[in-house]
Amino acid sequence: MAKPKVAIVLGSTCAGCDYSLLDLGPTLLDVLANVEIVYWPTGADFKLSDLESVPDGSVDLTLYEGAITNSDNEELAKLVRRKSKAVVAYGSCACFGGIPGLANVSTADDIMKTAYVETWSTDNKAGMLPQPLSKADGKHLELPVTYDTIRALDQVIPVDYYMPGCPPPLSYIEQALVAALSGKLPPRGHVFASERSLCDECKRTKEKKNLTAIKRFHEIIPDSQRCLLEQGILCMGPATRGGCKAPCVDNNIPCRGCMGPTPEALDQGAKMLSALASIIALDQETGVSEDRLIPLIQQVKDPLGTFYRFGLPKSMFRRVIPRR
Amino acid sequence: MAEEPKVGVYVCHCGVNIASVVNVKAVVEHASTLPNVVVAKDYPFMCSDPGQNMIIEDIKTKGLNRVVVASCSPRMHEPTFRKALERAGLNPYLLEMANIREHCSWVHEKQPQEATEKAKDLVEAAVAKARMLKPIETVRMPAVKRALVIGGGVAGIRAALDIANSGFEVYLVEKRPSIGGNMARLDKTFPTLDCSQCILTPMMVEAAQHPNIKLLTYSEVQSIDGSVGNFTVKILKKPRYVNEDLCTGCGICEQKCPYTVPSEFNLGLGKRKVIYFEFPQAVPLKPVLDRDNCVYFKKGTCRACEKFCPAKAIDYTQQPKEITINVGAIILATGYGLYDVKTKMPEYRYGLSKNVITGLELERLTSATGPTKGAILRPGDKKEPKNVAIILCVGSRDEKHLDYCCRFGCVAGIKHAYYIVSHIPDAKVTICYTDIRAFGKGYEDFYARIRALDNVQFIRGRPMEIFEDSNGSLYFDVFDQNTNRLIRLNPDLVVLETGVVPDPSFEQIATVLKCSRGPDGFALELHPKLRPTETSVDGVFIAGVVQGPKDIPDTVAQAGAAAASAIALLARGEVESVPNVASVNQDLCSGCGVCEPICPYTAIVLEARNGGRVAKVEATKCKGCGACAAACPSGAMTQLGFEDKQLIPQIEVLARGR
Repeated sequence: MAKPKVAIVLGSTCAGCDYSLLDLGPTLLDVLANVEIVYWPTGADFKLSDLESVPDGSVDLTLYEGAITNSDNEELAKLVRRKSKAVVAYGSCACFGGIPGLANVSTADDIMKTAYVETWSTDNKAGMLPQPLSKADGKHLELPVTYDTIRALDQVIPVDYYMPGCPPPLSYIEQALVAALSGKLPPRGHVFASERSLCDECKRTKEKKNLTAIKRFHEIIPDSQRCLLEQGILCMGPATRGGCKAPCVDNNIPCRGCMGPTPEALDQGAKMLSALASIIALDQETGVSEDRLIPLIQQVKDPLGTFYRFGLPKSMFRRVIPRR
Repeated sequence: MAEEPKVGVYVCHCGVNIASVVNVKAVVEHASTLPNVVVAKDYPFMCSDPGQNMIIEDIKTKGLNRVVVASCSPRMHEPTFRKALERAGLNPYLLEMANIREHCSWVHEKQPQEATEKAKDLVEAAVAKARMLKPIETVRMPAVKRALVIGGGVAGIRAALDIANSGFEVYLVEKRPSIGGNMARLDKTFPTLDCSQCILTPMMVEAAQHPNIKLLTYSEVQSIDGSVGNFTVKILKKPRYVNEDLCTGCGICEQKCPYTVPSEFNLGLGKRKVIYFEFPQAVPLKPVLDRDNCVYFKKGTCRACEKFCPAKAIDYTQQPKEITINVGAIILATGYGLYDVKTKMPEYRYGLSKNVITGLELERLTSATGPTKGAILRPGDKKEPKNVAIILCVGSRDEKHLDYCCRFGCVAGIKHAYYIVSHIPDAKVTICYTDIRAFGKGYEDFYARIRALDNVQFIRGRPMEIFEDSNGSLYFDVFDQNTNRLIRLNPDLVVLETGVVPDPSFEQIATVLKCSRGPDGFALELHPKLRPTETSVDGVFIAGVVQGPKDIPDTVAQAGAAAASAIALLARGEVESVPNVASVNQDLCSGCGVCEPICPYTAIVLEARNGGRVAKVEATKCKGCGACAAACPSGAMTQLGFEDKQLIPQIEVLARGR
């Protein structure tokens, strides 16, 4: 039997997902020995033409990492879709838009201006911006077009499997690769993660959820045994899929929600907000007056970045509507 | 879902209520184009028998498995149409209503075209939800055919008697040594001036002797668990240090006891013995030994009561006893206390001057069983007062204190004026009032009668601060709004008709029961007009002043009504859970614990499972408020009939642009 063909491709990504593959350690060597890598630019010297040259539908498994932020990402996504039998949205960016998805609060023009003109460390008095097409000495250079709205992979091509996480947990990488090698992939649409929220895996003791104050992480030294949310720290655990085995909360760091919404949740951020609204000042039987409520809500310093850090493009909002 | 939805849509004209504004035919036409809609019809009155039969017929012949009725508010006729579905053999919860009357034709009377478009949208949204509806099965549980009445005042006694007379067992729990409540303290009742105890004591005795009533006096409710039809109540019976089975109520112990302390029943005005009857007609007629003041308990000496008791009933070793009972219904009749004018209104000198008393204290001074044996003598010097000022609305109808009316202070004050002038014919009484609210039957006649007396004067005005001069005389100024004159009064006795607050014990009971209270602390009824005896907790009813200030006739009437509600429940013998309960998918629940503390009905428990914990909903306790479903951050908790998967398609129809 021929070795399964595997492609690992990069959209808009920090390549952290690639590094997580290295965390497999010696297992990675076994994997590499048993598969045929047809395309993995971070792993070896592959050119796009290598991928283009394989027959359509011949790649058994493609791991696509990163969000779709520009025309280049979109073309690559469509190419691998054509070439592959199964495409995995690999990592939070591919699954939900991830950190790049936070750009949906802005527009491509504004981002370019910030990046190339307005930052303190930039010296660009002429206000030059990257152009899609530049000509010099009779040659021309084409740049990808940056999109206003960042998308997750399945908003561009049909996706067979999802493996969320920033980066995805090792155990699921192993599980997926083993499944692919043995030809026993789960039914389409499967998410390589737990069905329950992170709280299921969190070892902290939970007493009563009654928030009287919201604390930023640097403001207190949290009790290492007790639920972080109960101590006033915005931990996204209750609204986030488990499966990572809670390494962040084990190390006194609140969950930031990288594993995405739970299976029945339509919108991770809205779910967390709704939960938070329900448990704030629970001891006040007759409700909380506006005088007390407003300062309490203002303690949430970055609502969008807290509740939608990894999932804005796949949320019900998708993006902030730009001011005209 | 295996079965393909087959939706029937029925649009009601509601006579002209809907049809005069909304083009009903156009709505039907639109509905018939919607996916899964098998049949769409209109009818002048869908709620009528022919209207309902139309639905039943179509379910049977066309195999409908979802029904949408576009008519009035579901609050009106949802039960009607649910029953129609049930009669046709369909689960009643496969019905969805579109409110095209209150939400459409009535509010858009002048815009028929837009109203028609809106009605189409409302129907389309209802169809979108109906497609996703699932059958709901309710749970039936047997109800314990026994009731508990908390509070042994006139409300509690009346309610207990009514329940007992209808053949059900009832526990009547009273925290004081005797039943009777505040009414037992009154000398006479207005407007008829019957002797209060003369009309109350026969009821007290009847309650004590009734075979269906189990009287638990000197007892307090410790905890209440469970839900409608099956409450488990723990009651602590405090020790009387008297064996109630042996005691004959002869009263020798009380006579022989050498020590006295202020009497609680007489509001501190007189003394009582350390072993005592609360009042001569106490029910049960068994004494109580006040351990805190007993010399035997303090120093180990005396034992006079034990020595002289002919029945050998004194038992110094008695311990508090916890009694656990099971009941199907609970009536709260905890009554009232008086507003704390001593600390909240020092300007009236109550507690500072002995000659400023409350109306209830005057009742004790007038009563033949009171500290003065019925002679009205002012507490300061035991002399007959000749010049009495009665101040109404003390703390009541005052934004700084209680903003509500106490509902009996006016006529009580008028009655108190009568007490004074009938006992001391040469006395002069001045009543300072805000308005006279003599609204009850016969109250106005009574007011007119007293107002006509020469020695009773009425001043419309609230007194200013009361002062006491160096020889102990009281004086204050009041601006008479009727004559625009400032009047100075020099009364030798001031009677304050104080505001009324819920009895302090109610707060704890309400907290245990999770029974809603209004901003003033009184029990909140389920509907102020239509369901005045029910509370937010199923199976818990309210009688008397626990719901809000009222006079004796209203209290007794409400007690009867509360008893009737409880009897209806006990007679039915079973309770049915509400359909729209919360339901948790335990495979998805991670036990984060957000839902548990926010449930107002303690219907959610976290139970251990597979080394972790998961939420569990007790369907009989759940009222379907949906708080947990909204709060659940993982989506494991849903509210049946209002699941996200049902609501989102509905919202999507309404939220799409045109």
